[in-house]
Amino acid sequence: MTSTPLDGGTRIYLDHAATTPVDPAVLDAMLPHWTAGWGNPSSLYGAGRAARAALDEARATVAGVLGCAPNEIVFTSGGTEGDNLALRGPLEAARARGGGAHLITTRIEHHAVLHAAEYLEHDGVAVTCLPVDPEGFVDPAAVEAAIRPDTRLISVGYANNEIGTIQPLARIGAIARARGIPLHTDAVQAAGSLPLDVDALGVDLLTIAAHKFYGPKGIGALYVRAGAPMRYQQRGGPQEGDRRAGTENVAAIVGLATALARADRDRAAHNAHCRALRDHLIAGLLAAIPDTRLNGPPPGGPDDDRRLANNVNVAIAGVEGESLVIALDLEGIAASSGSACTTGATEPSHVLRAIGVPDDAIVGSLRLTLGRDNTPAQITEVLALLPAIVARLRDSAW
Amino acid sequence: MDAVYSAAVLDHYARPRNLGRLPEANGRGVAGDLRGGDTQVEIAIRVEAGRIAAARHRTFGCSATIAAASVATELIAGRAPAEAAALTAEAITAALGGLPPERRYAPALAADAVRRAVADYRTRSAGEEG
Repeated sequence: MTSTPLDGGTRIYLDHAATTPVDPAVLDAMLPHWTAGWGNPSSLYGAGRAARAALDEARATVAGVLGCAPNEIVFTSGGTEGDNLALRGPLEAARARGGGAHLITTRIEHHAVLHAAEYLEHDGVAVTCLPVDPEGFVDPAAVEAAIRPDTRLISVGYANNEIGTIQPLARIGAIARARGIPLHTDAVQAAGSLPLDVDALGVDLLTIAAHKFYGPKGIGALYVRAGAPMRYQQRGGPQEGDRRAGTENVAAIVGLATALARADRDRAAHNAHCRALRDHLIAGLLAAIPDTRLNGPPPGGPDDDRRLANNVNVAIAGVEGESLVIALDLEGIAASSGSACTTGATEPSHVLRAIGVPDDAIVGSLRLTLGRDNTPAQITEVLALLPAIVARLRDSAW
Repeated sequence: MDAVYSAAVLDHYARPRNLGRLPEANGRGVAGDLRGGDTQVEIAIRVEAGRIAAARHRTFGCSATIAAASVATELIAGRAPAEAAALTAEAITAALGGLPPERRYAPALAADAVRRAVADYRTRSAGEEG
C-alpha cells in the first residue's frame, strides 16, 4: 500500500466537478452488498435472489428520480460509457438500417461525447458541431436549423463541466420531439444540482455518473426511453435486459441509487449553500485580482437557472494555470485549470475556446467547484491567499 | 501530488532561486514563445573574468518550467561560458530529482535559454573586441 496520506494533504477541496467524496450514508448502504450480500443477481438461489432484489430496488429508485420506468434504466460503468452508448447506440442502429445518419451536438461537450462523435464521423456518420454564444449557451433555433432529413440524434449537455452553463434543454427537447428525433443529454455535471425529470426535459437518453453526486466511482446509469432505436454494444450474458452484458456491480449500483435519492432530496438546500459561496468567491476574485474575468454566465441571484450553483471559472491574465494549481496545492487547496500544459505548447480548453476566450487568457484559467462541505471560512482563506500567489507568479514572468 | 513532482521541484517552484531581472547582464537568452500564452524562459548572465558571476531567470509557465529555470541558474553559476552552454536537459532533470515524462519540455527550454544566453554573450563580447 502507500505511506502517503490518502488525502494528499488537501485541506480545502474545490474541485467537485472532478469528483466528490462518497457520502458516509451511501457507504453504509453499499457495505452489506460486499459482505453479507455478495450473491450474483443472475443466480436462482437465495443469495442471488437477494442481490436481484437489491438491484431491482436500486433501479426503481433511480427511475423514481428520473420519472421513468425502471426498465428504461441501464447501469453502466460511468459517464464515459453512458455517453459512448448514447451516441453509438442510436447512430449505429440507424446505419444498420441503411441510409444516412446525422448527429447534431455542440462544441462544448465533454470529451466523452466529442470523441465518440469523432469516432462515429470516421465511421461515416455526418456530424454537426454547433457553436455556442460567449456565455456557452447553444441557441435552440440553431439546433432546429441544423436538423436534416437524416438526423438521427441530437446530443446537448445539460450543464457544462468547465463553465457551468445550464442549457435550455426543455426548449431543445420540444424541438426534437416535434421532429421525431431522439435527444440525448450528458447530465453528468447536472445530476445533484438540477431536476432530472426526463419528460419535463424532453430527453430520450440521459447520462449520469454516481461519483459527481457523492456516490462511488465506476458506476453510472443511462436512461433510454422505451422504443428509442439502439444498438447495444457490450456482448455477453443477458444482464440489464440484454442491453449491457456483465455481472452487475450490485454494491456500486446501490450506492448510485442511494446517492441520487439523497442528492435529489437535498437539491434545493445544496444549491442555496453552494450559490452563496460561489457568489462570494466570484465577487472576491474579481475584486482582489486585477485583470481577472469570469468565464461563463454571470451569477443570476437566488433563482439562477443559467449557471451551476457550484461553478466558478475565472481567467487570470499573466499567470499559467498549472503553476496556479500547484501553488494552491502547496497550500492544501485543490483546484483545476482549463489549460493542460502537457507538451510545452499548452492545450487550451476546447470549451473556453468555443466561448471565445483568447488563448493567452485560457492559459490563466482557474476552475473552482464547490460542494456541500465547503464553508465560508474556506472561501475567505482562498480569497486571502490567491492574490498573493497570483502576484508572485506574475512577478516571476515579468 | 507527491507522485507527480519531486520535493526538489516543489522547492524550486515555491522558492525560485535567482528570480528576476539582471540589469548588468552581458548575455541574455530567451527560449519558448509567450505569444498565444505559451511557455517562456529568459536567462540573463553576467560573465566576469571568464566565469558566470551572476545568473537570473524570468519564467512564464508551469511549475516544472519555473523549477527547471531556477535550478539551471544554480548549475551555471561560477562556470565558464562554454561549460554553461554544455548544460543538458538531462542534467537539469537530474538536479531536480526527476520529472514526469510529459514535462520534458521544461528542462529542454531552460537549457536552450542558457545556450542562447551564452551565445548572446559571445556575440556581444566579440563586438566589443572588434
